[in-house]
Order: sequence, then C-alpha cells, then structure tokens
Amino acid sequence: MATPGICDSANLNGGQKLAVKYFTVAITLFGAQVLFGLMAGLQYLMPDFLYGVLDFSVNRMVHINALVVWMLYGFLGSVYWLLEEESQHEIVGLKLGNLIFWVLTAAVTVVVLVYLLVQVGPGKESSLWLINEGREYIEAPRWADIGIVVSVLVVFYNVAATFAKGRYTGIAGVLVLDMLALFGIYLAGMFYTTNISIDQYWWWWVIHLWVEATWEVMVACIMAYGLMKVLGVRRKIVETWLYIEVALMFGSGILGLGHHYFWIGTPEYWFSIGGFFSALEPIPLVAMVVHAVFDAGARHAKNSNHPTMAWLIAHAFGNFFGAGVWGFMHTLPQINLYTHGTQWSASHGHLAFFGAYATIIIAMFYLAVQKWRGDVWMSGDLPGNGWKWKWALGLLNLGMVGMTISMLVSGYVQSQIERAIEGSSWIGYFAAQAHPWFTQGMWWRELFGVMFTVGFVLLVWDLMTIGRGEKRTLVPATSET
Amino acid sequence: MATNQWWASESFWRKTAIWVTGGSFVVLMLLTMDTISQISVGTTRVPAYSVINHRIEYKFDEQRRVQVPVIGVKEPLFGKELNEEEAEALVKLGKLTTQAKNCMNCHTLLGNGAYYAPDLTKSWLDQYWGTSEIREVQMVEFIKDPSDKLHNSMGRRMPKLGITDEEARGVVAFLKWMSSIDTNGFPYNFKSIEQEN
Ligand code: HEC
Ligand code: HEM
Ligand code: HEM
Ligand SMILES: [Fe+2]
Repeated sequence: MATPGICDSANLNGGQKLAVKYFTVAITLFGAQVLFGLMAGLQYLMPDFLYGVLDFSVNRMVHINALVVWMLYGFLGSVYWLLEEESQHEIVGLKLGNLIFWVLTAAVTVVVLVYLLVQVGPGKESSLWLINEGREYIEAPRWADIGIVVSVLVVFYNVAATFAKGRYTGIAGVLVLDMLALFGIYLAGMFYTTNISIDQYWWWWVIHLWVEATWEVMVACIMAYGLMKVLGVRRKIVETWLYIEVALMFGSGILGLGHHYFWIGTPEYWFSIGGFFSALEPIPLVAMVVHAVFDAGARHAKNSNHPTMAWLIAHAFGNFFGAGVWGFMHTLPQINLYTHGTQWSASHGHLAFFGAYATIIIAMFYLAVQKWRGDVWMSGDLPGNGWKWKWALGLLNLGMVGMTISMLVSGYVQSQIERAIEGSSWIGYFAAQAHPWFTQGMWWRELFGVMFTVGFVLLVWDLMTIGRGEKRTLVPATSET
Repeated sequence: MATNQWWASESFWRKTAIWVTGGSFVVLMLLTMDTISQISVGTTRVPAYSVINHRIEYKFDEQRRVQVPVIGVKEPLFGKELNEEEAEALVKLGKLTTQAKNCMNCHTLLGNGAYYAPDLTKSWLDQYWGTSEIREVQMVEFIKDPSDKLHNSMGRRMPKLGITDEEARGVVAFLKWMSSIDTNGFPYNFKSIEQEN
C-alpha cells in the first residue's frame, strides 16, 4: 500500500476513481450555485445590479440548475463509490463509465455557457431544443435532456450489471430499482404542451417524485452504506431499516404528490388525497433520525470518520426539519392557499435541499478523501483539533438555518399581506415586498448567505487538506457481532 | 433480544415495501388518467383556447365558496374573433414565448415558479392595467419593453427580453386564456378590473 497521507489513486478501486471525478465536478458546481444564489439574492436588495446583463432570471436559473446537477453528480459519484465494495466485483464497464463522465461534463459546460451567453430565444420550439426550456429546475434544453438520458442509462447499466455479476445485496436491489425510477421519471418532463395545467401536472411528477420519493430512497441507500462503513452497524439491521423506509417513503410520497395539485386546474379530490398523504411524509423522516441516532448512540458515537459521521447526523436532522417540519407547515390546502408560491416555499426549498441532500453528499466527500489518502485516521485528535471541518460544519448549517428563518419571516409577511389581504394583485405583491419585515428578511437572507459562503470556502479548503501528511491509519469500525 | 418477531423481519418489510410502492403507483396512475381527462383543453376546468373571444370574469361562487372564472359575453381579444385553430396558434406562440424568455424564473404562473415578480395567474384581470379598454394595448406595450416602465417603490423592473409585437400578442392571449382556468379559488380574494359596460 502507498504511503498514507497522500492522495493516491492506487488507494481506490475502479469505481472509486470514477467517483472522485464526479465528486470534483459536484463541489465545483456547488460553488457556482452559491455564487449565483448570492447574486440573485443581491438583486432583491439592489435591483439595478447587473440589470439587463445577468438578470435575476438568469442567475436564478443557473443557481437552481447547478443545484440539481451537482446533487445528481453527488449521487452518481456515491453509487460508483460503493459499487465495487458492495458487489464485491470489479465494475463491468469502467472505460465506458469514464467516457460518459466526460461527455456529460462537456454537455453541462455547454448548457451553462448557453444560459449565460445566449440566455433567451424567440418564441419557437427551436429555442426549447437549443437554449432553455423555461421550466424551473429542468430548464436544460431538449438536446441536453437526451444526452442526460443516454448517459444515465450507461451508468445504470454499469451498476445493474456489476451487481448482477457480483453480490446482489439488499442495498443493491433497492438502489437499482430506485435508479430506474429516478431516471424514468425524468422522461415525464421532456415534452412541450401549450396546456399549462397538463404542463405543470407532469412537471411536478419530475420535481416531487424526485425529491420526495426517489432521491429520498437514494440517500437512504447511501445512509445504509455509510452507517455500516463508519459505525460498523450490522447489514441485517440497516437493510431491514432500508425496507421500512422505502415502504413509508413511497407509501406517503407517491400520493403526497397531490399537495401540488391544489391550484393548477386539477380536480378538487386532490385536496384530500394530497393533504392526507403528504401529511404522512414526515413519518419516514422521523424514522431515519431514530435509526441514525440510535445506531450512533449504541456505539457511543465511536466511529472511524468524525466529519462523515457529523454530516450524516446533520443529514438526518436536516432532512427531518427541512422536508418534514418545513414541508408539513404548508402542506395542508387550508394553509397552502396563502403560502403557495411565496418566500415560504423558498424557505422550505432551501432547508430541505440542503438538509436532506447537500449534507449527505458532503459526508461522502469526506469518506472519499479519507480512502484516497490511504485510509488515514479521521477520528479525534486531528491537527488543530479539526477546527476547519468543525467550523465549516457550523458555518454552513448556521448560515442555512439563518437564511431559512429570514425567508420564513418574509414569507409570513407576504402570505399575510399579498395573498390574504390584497388578493395577490400586482399592487398587493409590491405592498408586501415593500413591507419593512419583508425587506429586512431579504437582507438577513443575504447576510446569512455570506456566512454560508464562508463555510463553503472552509469546506473546500478542509477537503483539500484534511489528512494530508497523516501517518496514522484508521481503525476500521467493527461490527458488534 | 428476540429478532424473529415479524416486525423485525427483513423479508416482511421487503414484501411490504414492494406492495406499498406498487399499490401507490397504481392508484396514482388511475388518478392521473382521470385528472388528465378533466384538465384537457376544452373542459369546464380548462376551457378551449377560443375562450379568448370572450370576456373572462372571476366571481365568488356561493356553492363552492370560492372565486371561480366565469366566461362572459363576446369580447374578442384585439377586437378580432378567432376560430379554434387560430386561437390555439396564438396561445401557443404565447406559451412558447413564456418558456423561451424564462418568465417563470422571475414570476409564478398558477403559483409555481419564482418569487421576484407578481403572480401572473390573473394578470389579465389586474386592476393596474387601468381600464378594460386600454388594457390590451398596455399589456402588449409593457411586455415588449418594460425597461422604461416602473410601477413600484422597490426599483424592481422587468427587463427588455427582445419580444416581438406578434409574440407579445401571443403572450397576452396566453395570459387571458390562463385566467379562465378553474384553479379552485387561487388566488384568494383577488379583486378584478372593472369590465362592465
Ligand atoms: C428578470 C425578471 C423578469 C422576467 C424574466 C420577466 N419578468 Fe415580468 N415582471 C418583472 C418585474 C420585476 C415586474 C414588475 C414590474 C413593475 O412593477 O414595474 C414584472 C411585471 C410583469 C407583468 C405585470 C404584472 C402583473 O401582475 O400583471 C406582466 C404581465 C409580466 N411581467 C409578464 C412577463 C412575461 C410574460 C414574461 C416572460 C416573457 C416576464 N414577465 C418575464 C420581472 C420579470
Ligand atoms: C427532501 C425533500 C424535499 C425537498 C428537497 C423539497 C423541496 C421543495 C422545493 C424546492 C419546493 C418549491 C418548488 C417550486 O419551486 O415551486 C417545494 C415545494 C413544496 N414542498 Fe417540498 N421538499 C421536500 C419534502 C417535502 C415534504 C416532506 C413536504 C410535506 C410534508 C413538502 C411540502 C411541500 C409543499 C406543500 C410545497 C409547495 C409549496 C407551494 O405551494 O409553493 N416538501 N419543496
Ligand atoms: C449563498 C447562499 C444562497 C443564496 C443567497 C441563495 C439565494 C437564492 C435566491 C435569491 C433564490 C430565488 C428565490 C426566488 O425565486 O425569489 C433561490 C432559490 C433557490 N435556492 Fe438558493 N441561495 C443560496 C444557497 C442555496 C443552497 C445551498 C441551496 C440548496 C442546497 C439552495 C437552493 C435553492 C432552491 C431549491 C431554490 C428554489 C426555491 C423555490 O423555487 O422555492 N440555495 N436561492
Ligand atoms: Fe412535494
């Protein structure tokens, strides 16, 4: 084995070499997301900032697209990371996997450049094919959609075939089916229709069935692997939990889709179906917290990678608060009538995406760095007491919570003044936007955004330096039986 | 600790997961088929595109206890009555324009999108357009070049997006048609422009 403390690809298996590439692009896009978020946030405060050059719409599009793409990269990387260990078999198509990584990354680069340089097109279908589709989160032009579908099919083949040849574990079974659903759902967002009700009907299939069903199960698989890895929890326990979580998550999340069908032209029966099932969605999220905290407690939090463990716990709580609590707050139609499409939604969107997904991908980054440096020590007694990772953890989480609360205050004012009193008119909209509580909320959002950004910079710095020159190697987590 | 209880059994939960997921999905498919048939263009919930030949109102419905769109007297958009195909072509141009110009990354439509600018669900009926006589012209002019028009104390302006006259008319047709969709009372408490004469 190579000397510990140096990043050496000899420390990684084939899938993991590929995973490191995906992770590198992921964190780069994370940086882009933060930058464009700051610019969009600043335009709330200074509307002339880059007006007519990089308008709010462009900044926001890059902000949320970078988000979706870096998280998908994080997932693909995580899957490649665990693939060979889990299947106990060499990845079947490493060359092809590498090729597709470069194709996908080139496509993403072109898409972003077109967003920034071309921005908009004429009102023709060709604009949707070449420039952007103008549909939140899945703005990528149609040519790129097709490229994405082909690429993910290759990843899917690599994963499914490797498991088929090697060991087909419980995690493998859930993961393969979930990837199929995750990629399949994307197809529901790949067509044009003039009927905006039908348009939004299918659009929500992609967005909701991603974040509240297939992505949740994806991270549940990653969590199961992570807990075995850093805590040494027994496979039988994590896999049983995984099935319970799948049952609860899909059982509530699939029909919970109805909470987006209150006001888009869809029939009234969605009030009860959407309200009821989405109200159950927090249950699996509570189960996940119990699972993670119980497992950690049962081992007195003794683990082989402190940053990873900390981010896994942050994930469990972030998922519960961001998705479970913040989602539940506005999911009943009686409330959603007033909060629909306000800063309230943005508040929830931020805490949920960060809490549920950013956290666990960051946990995987740390796991990757550890192995890449030759399975180095990453528990207690790090140089400088591990201040970098601890401060990054604190600043990122506090920054996000601060942003979330700020937007909630603004959202409260907005739902009260614009939605309830003024009836969502043009004047009513600006009456709310001009209210001091609202504007203050937007200022605090930006300030906490800066705090978040400092945390991000520290995170990157830490990932580049943690374990450098470390001579101690890890003591593998031992299973209790 | 006993681990052979049914509730701690891996295979029990695996089967449960499969059945729950499959069952939920089947129910979702059935509901989807029903919903799509109810929200296709030309239904009571989502009127035909030729609805732009009529006045659209938004009135309180005593029975449902919410405001609903009401299709009124003939009032062709831009004073020109269109047949079904022409109306569809115009609304389609408008919808394509909203996508190609990325309106939804500043505005919400039916409450979905971005929160930087007003919701456009009932924009066609907004009192800010002045009177119903000058509304159409105002809207077309605004959409073509909003950069020198500012209507709020925040200094927040909509940018000029290179929209042609024809596209702007399409957008207005699309907005008028969208205001006729039955959204179960969203937006709540909206006060419509005066349209009696
Ligand atoms: C960069 C952000 C941005 C984009 C993109 C944008 N708008 Fe706007 N829009 C605004 C702002 C800000 C206002 C408020 C302007 C004011 O008060 O003077 C506005 C106002 C409007 C209004 C009047 C408000 C109302 O309630 O009726 C309409 C109609 C409108 N926009 C339509 C559109 C359409 C159609 C598109 C896409 C073709 C679009 N906008 C794209 C920012 C944007
Ligand atoms: C990790 C999981 C989740 C993520 C990432 C997430 C993310 C989001 C985002 C980004 C939006 C805004 C969409 C838009 O742009 O219009 C949204 C909307 C919404 N979410 Fe979630 N969500 C999650 C889980 C949940 C849960 C569990 C619930 C309910 C219990 C919920 C309830 C809602 C509701 C009701 C809306 C609609 C808001 C509106 O009417 O404007 N979400 N979600
Ligand atoms: C520096 C920090 C950030 C700032 C200043 C920021 C700012 C913004 C702004 C201004 C918007 C547009 C909201 C609107 O339409 O009015 C937005 C949207 C969004 N951002 Fe951020 N953001 C930041 C970080 C993040 C992070 C870390 C995530 C997730 C991991 C995230 C997820 C989202 C999502 C999901 C939306 C769409 C919300 C919706 O439509 O409801 N942002 N952000
Ligand atoms: Fe949802």
